[in-house]
Amino acid sequence: MLRYIGLRLLQAIPVLFAVITATFFLIRQAPGGPFDAEKPVIPAVKRALEAKYNLDLPMWQQYLHYLGDLFKGDMGPSFKYPGWAVHDLILSGLPATAELALYALLVALLIGVAAGVSAALKPNTARDYVPMSLAMLGICMPTFLLGPLLVLIFGFWLQWLPISGWGDLPGDKILPSLTLGAAYAAYVARLTRGGMLEVMSQDYIRTARAKGLPERVVIVKHALRGGLIPVVAFLGPAFAGLLAGSFVVETIFQIPGLGRFYVQAAFNRDYTMILGTTIFLSTLIIVFNLISDLLATWMNPKLRNQLSTKAGGNT
Amino acid sequence: MQGESNIDSGNRQQILHFGNGAELQGLDPHVVTGIAEHHVVQALFEGLVMKSAETLEVEPAAAESWSVSDDGKVYTFKIRKNARWSNGDALTAKDFEWSWWRALQPALGSQYVFMYFPIENAEAFFKQEITDFSKVGIKALDDYTLQVRLNNPTPYFMQLLDHYSMFPVHRATIEKWGKPHESYTRWTRPENIVTNGPFLLESWRLNKNLIVKRNSDYWGAERVRLNKIVYYPIESGVTEERMFRASQLHWTDEVAIERAPWYRENNPDAMRIKPYVGTYIYRINNKVDHLKDVRVRKALAMTVDRDTLMNTVLNNFFTPAYAITPPGLLGYQPPKTFSYDPDKARALLAEAGYPNGDGFPVTELQFNTNDQHRKIAIAIQQMWKKELNIDVRLQNKDWKVYLDDEATGNFEISRGGWIGDYVDPNTFMDMWITGSGINRTGWGNSRYDELVLKTAPEAKNREARYAAFFEAETLMMNDMPFIPIYTYSSHHFVHPSVKGMASNVMNYHNFRDVYLEPEESNRQEN
Repeated sequence: MLRYIGLRLLQAIPVLFAVITATFFLIRQAPGGPFDAEKPVIPAVKRALEAKYNLDLPMWQQYLHYLGDLFKGDMGPSFKYPGWAVHDLILSGLPATAELALYALLVALLIGVAAGVSAALKPNTARDYVPMSLAMLGICMPTFLLGPLLVLIFGFWLQWLPISGWGDLPGDKILPSLTLGAAYAAYVARLTRGGMLEVMSQDYIRTARAKGLPERVVIVKHALRGGLIPVVAFLGPAFAGLLAGSFVVETIFQIPGLGRFYVQAAFNRDYTMILGTTIFLSTLIIVFNLISDLLATWMNPKLRNQLSTKAGGNT
Repeated sequence: MQGESNIDSGNRQQILHFGNGAELQGLDPHVVTGIAEHHVVQALFEGLVMKSAETLEVEPAAAESWSVSDDGKVYTFKIRKNARWSNGDALTAKDFEWSWWRALQPALGSQYVFMYFPIENAEAFFKQEITDFSKVGIKALDDYTLQVRLNNPTPYFMQLLDHYSMFPVHRATIEKWGKPHESYTRWTRPENIVTNGPFLLESWRLNKNLIVKRNSDYWGAERVRLNKIVYYPIESGVTEERMFRASQLHWTDEVAIERAPWYRENNPDAMRIKPYVGTYIYRINNKVDHLKDVRVRKALAMTVDRDTLMNTVLNNFFTPAYAITPPGLLGYQPPKTFSYDPDKARALLAEAGYPNGDGFPVTELQFNTNDQHRKIAIAIQQMWKKELNIDVRLQNKDWKVYLDDEATGNFEISRGGWIGDYVDPNTFMDMWITGSGINRTGWGNSRYDELVLKTAPEAKNREARYAAFFEAETLMMNDMPFIPIYTYSSHHFVHPSVKGMASNVMNYHNFRDVYLEPEESNRQEN
């Protein structure tokens, strides 16, 4: 197992290297530079700024400089926020974004699994159609619509919850988490339903029922474990997607997260910031994919046995 | 569950909750650019002078007095003896001398360095044509006397001095954390920074808020009534409006234009819309074949129905413009050389060889991706089609692509805007000099250059100077290198408890004079 993890991590190195290289050269091909503005910087100042950030060097030298600094753990200063280094900015936004992503994932799992299981147990009845239609609506409804809608209902009409902020007032994390989690809840619900329907028709479920086990035990102990495998496989990419995709929710609710930096950096041609956030998010995606693969393996006896036989055979 | 609102607790404790638009680039006065930065930096630092928000005339700040030589070229400032840095050090003329030396270091890359160029040899020193700083017209004669020599009499020089790029910075702190020309050292962090303004930096949480508190050791502390200002970086006007409605903000950075009709109907006092020193224009590429002809450019300008545009698409936020300078800039009135006149426009277009628009090439109009720019472009596209029967293709572009295309002349007609840097017509005039980096239209006129670069600066008095500007602007508008569309406005939601925040064309606030006065009858309804 450790060998498997090690191999996967080793494979990540060339992937990351390719991401860095592609990003580095692609963003420099985009028209316009970090110091272009409606009010143009006078030429002498522009030259000074370019020299300061090594932009006056040939591209390959800039690339080597960047790789060298990166190897030392230095992502350089942000072009847009010269008072801050890129890693400062990423670290300052990460806690809020990670917390938001986690809560959103919990929301997605709680709502999604409950709705999916309930639908799968009574397929093609109202208990299936209603939650699945709602799920479809959830997938279709963009966060920039759902967020303000929830704010209107719970913030302004009912006055139950704060309309913005993060950790300032009690309950201000509820609406953002619901907003971000809703679309993912819908995906989880559909995946759960599909997984459960497939598992429920398997022989071992019939065996469990034949043994006279109560339906609750059959579902929770036997069916759910197999039925949730597609959901678990989805969780890794979903969590990474939540981290990278929280921009809209962060803007609606004024949350001091990472998403805003990520999106603004591209508009600003903030080269170091684009690279920094891309490297960071790519690493997260690789790690979370690995974790969800491991979880799925652990939950699926067939794969688990295969892996341990393989590992055993090699030792 | 929502608890006490920011407005209620803020009014009780004199804490202003201020929507500040974007997150700050930093706090180094010589490095940052931008309006959000300006709001914070001018609370933390103080230059030789400040402005009155009522009149925009300069008032003494770190300098308690000054005198100007008869030829208008030598300024002598007396620094006040009770001005202090926040660590207790005295603020001296030498601080200004060193700070201005620092701002002129090319390696620092100060983007507003041109503010210094009226000073003798400042530009040459910045461009490293001379290396001896003693030849630059900046000299501390003693601890409390600063002498500044200019190249030419510069009537607006005093107006430049309260710009943050000319603020003093604390030498020992900067040198402790890095080299003077390094722009991203840790000297501006809350735990390190040393400032000299009416407020002190309390905390800065990125993308959340930045808090400043009253500086009780400030020389003019008795004038300052706010205990704190909380600045919120909120880029979405819609989010801001929601926070304002929920009593979380006293002041918003902007009013989302689509919210205006509702507020006009239901809560007109909450909205403050005032003229602002900026002009929205369409640049015309004067090098493009069919746009070379001045008759074509005039025909285009004369068929933009500005009044209809203001009444419909723009919700009466702005006022129509027929020249580049906004009206009433310290008494200057721009010429009006044309008006909305479709008949005359059609005649001009016919004279230019395109009767009824026949044979007029499809023309591209570019703008940076933004809903408002798009709406304006669609309206004008339809006006031109209806009145001139010409076809215009709209092109929206990513901000940096748009800038790049405009700078390299890769456009036919391009949206543009210009915000004045200081209160003087010159800030709108010198950008159209032949070949200026901001001109970008390919237009140039030697008489115009002479009026702006020579006649106006050498004028003996304000009347003669304004007359030179008026002649130059009339000449330019007769050539129509761009189409003026409207004069900008500043627009904010303001809670009625906010006092002392006078309106002016620069949208300049002097936080020393701002205070909060809650009145029961004023309370905002949710």
